[in-house]
Amino acid sequence: MKFSGFKVIKEALTGHKGWAPLWRDPDPQPAYDFVIVGGGGHGLATAFHLAATFGQARIAVLEKGWLGSGNIGRNTTIIRSNYLLPGNQPFYEFSMKLWESMEQDLNFNAMVSQRGILNLFHSDGQRDAYRRRGNAMHLSGADAELLDQQAVRAMYPWLNFDNARFPIKGGLLQRRAGTARHDGVAWGYARAADQRGVDIIQNCEVTGFRIDQGRVLGVETSRGFIGAGKVGVAVAGSSSRVMQMAGMRLPIESHVLQAFVSEGLKPVIDGVITFGAGHFYVSQSDKGGLVFGGDIDGYNSYAQRGNLPVVEDVLEGGMALMPRIGRARLLRSWGGVMDMSMDGSPIIDRTPVEGLYLNAGWCYGGFKATPASGYAFAHLLATNTPHETATAYRLDRFARGHVIDEKGVGATPNLH
Amino acid sequence: MLIPHPLLGLRDAQEFTYLGDAALIDRPDPEAGEAAFASYVYDRDNPAGLHRELWFHEQGDRSWLVVTRDTLTHEILGAELARNVARTRRAGA
Repeated sequence: MKFSGFKVIKEALTGHKGWAPLWRDPDPQPAYDFVIVGGGGHGLATAFHLAATFGQARIAVLEKGWLGSGNIGRNTTIIRSNYLLPGNQPFYEFSMKLWESMEQDLNFNAMVSQRGILNLFHSDGQRDAYRRRGNAMHLSGADAELLDQQAVRAMYPWLNFDNARFPIKGGLLQRRAGTARHDGVAWGYARAADQRGVDIIQNCEVTGFRIDQGRVLGVETSRGFIGAGKVGVAVAGSSSRVMQMAGMRLPIESHVLQAFVSEGLKPVIDGVITFGAGHFYVSQSDKGGLVFGGDIDGYNSYAQRGNLPVVEDVLEGGMALMPRIGRARLLRSWGGVMDMSMDGSPIIDRTPVEGLYLNAGWCYGGFKATPASGYAFAHLLATNTPHETATAYRLDRFARGHVIDEKGVGATPNLH
Repeated sequence: MLIPHPLLGLRDAQEFTYLGDAALIDRPDPEAGEAAFASYVYDRDNPAGLHRELWFHEQGDRSWLVVTRDTLTHEILGAELARNVARTRRAGA
């Protein structure tokens, strides 16, 4: 089934009887060449690129719950490539380029909307840091514009420019950044992978790895043993728990990040705005809800829910940035479990176990990375060499002293 | 979350700063080598369930506590002064 405008009109006229499920629900085969553990955005994108880009077959994705039930459905849907460090920025720009073509590649409307992201600055020092960041973005081929206060006023006249404590002096704008419908991304990758023969097996929890003489032979699951030539683990949030079954300790702590949505409002924010003096980011969904978030709660958690002090902190940030948000009522808040790595950057690498590969440590930047993470992980699984934009994401970089620390705060996962 | 401070009673977790796994008390021997220190600095057990962890009472009496907390439910099961924990371990070693 191929989606098209013609198909939509035809179904509308014939009572919508011709729609089929987007993917099959197969029983697991005894063995596959590639088993991807984790049916979230990264795992599904990996399976898609293994089949579509690298021409591999006999691929399965194992998901403990239902497809896309983890962080792919819990984020604030922002896509951007505005990083600073050379180990990160080319990767995220590669991801941004994949976002721009993914809907055509997948034949699926993921509602990718390049509505622009504006990072506000509030002091001379912060302006200089953003100028440097913008230059680093240009070097990777990304777009960036430094706006003065007047230009920001023209875009968003209602921001709190004259806040006594944190006046808004300008912002760094990336016009190609924006948002995407997060669930649609998971569904689009799942459907496209399924069409290329990937078995997506839901409600199939991996309970152990079968490893013989340092080589992985397959995975033990709640639906029996599944043999595998190569196993790729993409289970951010639970990476430590899963890799512990292979005898590994990771440079990762799991933390809870909360997100919020207001009641539906008429259009008030047409882009993504981040507050530079606190940690607050906001955009408006196509349904009208203001979608926003801030910092992680700051202590190890697997609970998928946070506590009230961070709720208060995030809402204070919102009030400082845009006092009009005080008139909106909060509709929902929720939490997701993040793989907070020791330097704030991810891991896409082989492991000491032959045939076992790891994709982890996405902190709270995993959603925007979904296409490139899938591409780079598939590249690694198919060719055994890292993709050119992901060469810095090694697991042993911590011991070697080659950390990629955007914030420069060291081995403190709760501060990244 | 409320932390049962052994000297001050129940205190709001907001008064504390979080450091992480209480295993950080057990610093490797200075001669243990680079690999041992890299593992000490970067690698974590990161359990789902009971977790013993270091909290600093920054806006209080500035003592370090070892708090036992369930990372699946956020339930706090107890708190001890970190210095007592360290002394007991040294005496046991």
